[in-house]
Amino acid sequence: MTRIGVITFPGSLDDRDAQRAIRHAGAEAVALWHGDHDLHDVDAIVLPGGFSYGDYLRCGAIASLSPIMSEVVDAAERGMPILGICNGFQMLVEAHLLPGGLIRNDHGSFVCRDQRLRVENTDTAWTNRFESGAEITIPLKNGEGGYIADAETIARLEGEGRVVFRYLEVNPNGSINDIAGITNTRGNVVGLMPHPEHATEEGFGPDTDAAMRNGTDGLAFFASALAALSLA
Amino acid sequence: MPTIIVDVMPKAELLDPAGKAVAGALDRLGDSTFSAVRIGKRFELTVDGEADDAAVAAARELAESLLSNSVIEDVVSVRVAGE
Amino acid sequence: MTDTVANAIATPDHEQPYAALGLKADEYASIREILGRRPTSGELAMYSVMWSEHCSYKSSKIYLRQFGQKVSPKMREKLMVGIGENAGVVDIGEGWAVTFKVESHNHPSFIEPFQGAATGVGGIVRDIISMGARPVAVMDQLRFGRIDHPDTARVVHGVVSGISFYGNCLGLPNIGGETYFDACYQDNPLVNALAVGVLRHEDLHLANARGVGNRVVLFGARTGGDGIGGASILASDTFAEGGPTKRPAVQVGDPFAEKVLIECCLELFAGDLVEGIQDLGAAGISCATSELASNGDGGMFIELDKVLLRDPTLTAEEILMSESQERMMAIVQPEKLEAFLAVTAKWDVETSVLGEVTDTGRLVIHWHGEEIVDVEPRTVAIDGPVYERPVAYPAWLDALQADSASALPRSNDVDVLRTQFLQLLGSPNLAAKSWITDQYDRYVGGNTALSLPDDGGMVRVDESSGLGFALAADANGRYAQLDPYQGARLALAEAYRNVAVTGAVPAAVSDCLNFGSPENPEVMWQFSRAVEGLSDGCLELEIPVTGGNVSFYNQTGDVPIHPTPVVAVLGVIDDVARRVPSGWQDEGNNIYLLGTTSEEFDGSAWAGTIHGHLGGLPPAVDLAQEKRLAALLAAGAGQSLIASAHDLSDGGLAHALAESVLRFGVGARVWLGDILHRDGVDVATALFSESTGRVIVSVPREDDVKFQGLCEGRGYPVLRIGVTDKLSPALEIQDVFTIGIDELRGTHSATLPDHFS
Repeated sequence: MTRIGVITFPGSLDDRDAQRAIRHAGAEAVALWHGDHDLHDVDAIVLPGGFSYGDYLRCGAIASLSPIMSEVVDAAERGMPILGICNGFQMLVEAHLLPGGLIRNDHGSFVCRDQRLRVENTDTAWTNRFESGAEITIPLKNGEGGYIADAETIARLEGEGRVVFRYLEVNPNGSINDIAGITNTRGNVVGLMPHPEHATEEGFGPDTDAAMRNGTDGLAFFASALAALSLA
Repeated sequence: MPTIIVDVMPKAELLDPAGKAVAGALDRLGDSTFSAVRIGKRFELTVDGEADDAAVAAARELAESLLSNSVIEDVVSVRVAGE
Repeated sequence: MTDTVANAIATPDHEQPYAALGLKADEYASIREILGRRPTSGELAMYSVMWSEHCSYKSSKIYLRQFGQKVSPKMREKLMVGIGENAGVVDIGEGWAVTFKVESHNHPSFIEPFQGAATGVGGIVRDIISMGARPVAVMDQLRFGRIDHPDTARVVHGVVSGISFYGNCLGLPNIGGETYFDACYQDNPLVNALAVGVLRHEDLHLANARGVGNRVVLFGARTGGDGIGGASILASDTFAEGGPTKRPAVQVGDPFAEKVLIECCLELFAGDLVEGIQDLGAAGISCATSELASNGDGGMFIELDKVLLRDPTLTAEEILMSESQERMMAIVQPEKLEAFLAVTAKWDVETSVLGEVTDTGRLVIHWHGEEIVDVEPRTVAIDGPVYERPVAYPAWLDALQADSASALPRSNDVDVLRTQFLQLLGSPNLAAKSWITDQYDRYVGGNTALSLPDDGGMVRVDESSGLGFALAADANGRYAQLDPYQGARLALAEAYRNVAVTGAVPAAVSDCLNFGSPENPEVMWQFSRAVEGLSDGCLELEIPVTGGNVSFYNQTGDVPIHPTPVVAVLGVIDDVARRVPSGWQDEGNNIYLLGTTSEEFDGSAWAGTIHGHLGGLPPAVDLAQEKRLAALLAAGAGQSLIASAHDLSDGGLAHALAESVLRFGVGARVWLGDILHRDGVDVATALFSESTGRVIVSVPREDDVKFQGLCEGRGYPVLRIGVTDKLSPALEIQDVFTIGIDELRGTHSATLPDHFS
C-alpha cells in the first residue's frame, strides 16, 4: 500500500485530519515527527495546517528549520510528491521549496469559509485527477494567507503555468492574482492555503447543493498523488 | 520628509509568547549566545512638516493612546529618525 | 526578610494588609483562629485568594447545594463525575465519556478584551484536560453593550479576535455560541467560554494528591507576574523599603504553549504516568496545592523556590498568587518520574519537581529552606467562609411585571408586519453572527457534524460507530430580569430544545450564572430564584447538572446586569449521520409547526426591538411538554423522517422561518390560517410571539403519513403550515408578505459588518 507521511510539528492542528484524508483515499497514513531525520520510507509527504511554534515570528518560519525539513528538501529534489496545506504551504515558502510569501489577510482577520477554487494546472502530482479548469469547493481557514511575490516571480509563475489553484467569487485574503496555490517547476511540490483534507468525507465537509456538509472535492488531491506514484 | 520612530514593547513583567517561541528556536539551533528574545513593534510616523518638539509630543501622545495598549505594552521610545 | 512561620509566631501583633487583599475583618480573625497565630504573608496570600468569591463560592454555596440535592436515580445513572471536580463527566455509551464546562471571564475581558477572552478559552480548556480528556470543541456565550455605543466595538473586536486567536491556535473547532447586545452589559461584557472533551472511561483523572511519597510536579509555562495585582500589596508590606514593582492585573495567553501542553498531557495519560492532576487558573499554585492536598491524603510538602520563574524578582507571595497561564500540576509516582520527564522533554515543556505528598495532614511550603506556610489544606480550599447573604424581593419588580407588553400597540397591517419582520431580522440580537463565527475554525478535527448557524453544535466521538454529542447553550437576560426563576427555566428549556432539534437526546447540564453584586440583597434574591428554577427544571427534565460556575459583581456603574444564567445542555446521538440541520434544502417538503402559540410578548425581541420595551411576565414554560417534544424529535430523527428542524425562540415563528430559508437559500410558502384558527391568535402573535415548546420541522412528502402518525401517537399538537419551494427564491407568508432571499440575507447579514468591519 502506498505510504503517505504527515509531519507533526509542535502546534500542528490538522495533522490527524490529513491522516484521515489519506486513509479515505486508500493509502496508508504514516505519522512523522518534526524532530526526526527519518522519513520512514514514505512515498509522499503532507505538511499539514496549524500554527507551528505559534507562528509568532512568521508563519512556518521556525518549523522550516526543523530537523525533518532537511529530509523534506532532499526528498523534494528527488521528485517525491509533497503537499503543503495552509501552514504547510507557509513552511514550503520559508524553506524556499516554493517562491513568494504569505502575509496577513488584507482584511486583518482570520477567516473560515467554504471556498470556491479553479484548478488551473492538472499536471502536478497532487492535481492530475482533476479535469482541467475544474471548479471545486473546499474549506479555507487562515489568518495569514495573502500570497505575495515580486512582479517577476508572479510573471514567471503565471507564464509557466505554476499557479495551480485560483480563488473564485471571493478573494478571501488579498492574494495577488487570486492565487490560492502554486507548484514548483517539476510539479511534485504543491502548496495551497485552502484545506483539501477537510473535504474528503461525506457529512464533515462543505455544504453542497445536494446535502449539508457532503462535499468531497478534496479526495482527488490524494488520489492524484496515488496515481502519480503508480506511474512513477 | 522627517520620520518619528516609536518603539513599543510588551510589558517586561508579562509573558511575551512570540519572544519565547523565537528564543526556543535559537535553543534548538544550538545558539547559546543569546538567552532571551523579546519582540516589540516599531512604528515610523512620517511628519508632514518639521519634526519639532510639538510633533514629537504629538507622536508620544499617539503612541500612548493608539499605538500601544497600556495594559500590556510600554512605549519605550519616541524619537526623530537620524537624531 | 521572609515572613516565616516562626516569625509569625514571634510577632503576633504585626499588622497585615488583609483588607487590601479583599478579606473582611472577621475573615481575617477566623484565619488567625484556624492557625492559632497570625498568618504569614504567604499564608495570607493563599487564604485571601482562595477565600475570594471567585474561588470559594462563599455567597452562592448554600444555594448551589440544590443541584446535588434535587436528583433522581435516573439522573445519577450516566453521571460519572458530578459537581465539585474541575468539570463534570457524563457516560455517553460504548465506553466513551464526555466532559464539559462553561466558565466566565467577564471582568478581565473588559479591562483587556483580547487577552481576557483568550485566557478565558485557555482556562476552560485546561479544566477539560485535567479530567483526562482530549478537548474537542469550544463554544462561547458573549454579551456586549449597545451595538452603537462608542466603546462596544473595542470590546467586540478584542473579545472576538482573542477567542479566534486562542481557539484556532489550539485546533479546537468552535461549534456554536450566542451573542447579545444590551445596554446593561456596557461596562461589564459577559464572556462565557465553554469547552468540551472526550475520554475513554478508563482514562478518567481526578484532582487529588494520593500516595505518600508521590512527587508534586509543576509543568508548562514558567511562572511570572501575571494577574497578581493583589500580591504586590503584600510585597510592599513585607519589603517596605523600595516598594513593590508594579504588577499587572492581566494575564497574557500563549495558545501554542497550551496546544503543546494538551498533547503532552494526553501522552502522559496514555502512558499512565499521572496519579492526579490539576490545572492552574485563578489563585495559581495556592489553589492547585491546597485543592490537590485536600482531595487526597491531606498532606503535601512543597519547596517553592523550585518553581521555574520567568521573572526572578518575584516574591514567594507573588509566586503563590501568580495566575500565569498554561501551567499544570501533576502527582507522579517516584518510579514513573523519569518516564514523565521524558514525555515533557519531548514536547519541550519545562518541568520542575516541587515536593511530595505526605500524610501529615498539613500543607507545608518552604522558601529557600525556611517554612513560610503550614496550614491544614482543607481550611484553605474547602472550608472557607460560607455566607447567607441578605435577600430582598426587588422593590421595582412588581411594577416591572405589571407593565405588560400586551398594552403595546400591535398592528396586523401587512405593511407594518413586513417592516417589523425586517426590523427584527436585522436587529443586533437576531442578525446573522457570521461576522463573528467566520473568524473561528469550525472544521479542524474533522468531526464537526453541526456548527453555527445550526441551532446546536455536534461532534462525532467515535469514527467507527458514528457516536457523537450535541451541545447548545442559551440564556435570555431579559426574561430573567422579569422573573429569574422562570428565566432560568426558559434558558434550560431553550438549550434542551436546541439539542433536541439536532436529533440528539439531552443528557446533562452545565451552567454559568452571571449576576450583579451578592452584597445587593435584590441581586441575591435574583440569584436564589434562578438557582431554584434551574435545579427544579433539571429535576423535572431528569437531566443532571454536572458542574458550573458563578460570576458575581457584574454591573455597569451601580446597576447590576440582567440576571444571565447561561445554561448548556449536552445531548447524545448514536450516529451523527442522522443529525438534523436547522434549515430545509429540498423541494416540496412539508413544513410543520409543533406546539401551540399564545399571546406572549413580554420580554420578547418584538417588544424590545420595535418598542424598546421590557416588562411583564416571560413566556410560560412547560417542561413536561418540552420533554415530550424532545422525545418526538429524537424518534423522528432516528427514523430519518425529519429533513430539518428549527427551534422557535427569540423573534418567534417569523424569525425561525427566515433562518430556515437562509440556511441553504431555499424558499418556502407558508400559511398562518390554521394557527390563527386553532390557537385563536392574530397574525402578529402567530409571527412574533415567543411561546415555548415550539419547533418547525420539514418532512419529505413520502414520510408525511409516518410523521403525522408519530405526532398523533405522542399527542403533540402539530399543524402543517407550509411547503418548501426550491424554485421560488423567497419566503412567502400567504396574505401577509413575500420577501426575496436576497433581501432577507442582506438584512440579516449586514448589521454586524456595518458596525464592526
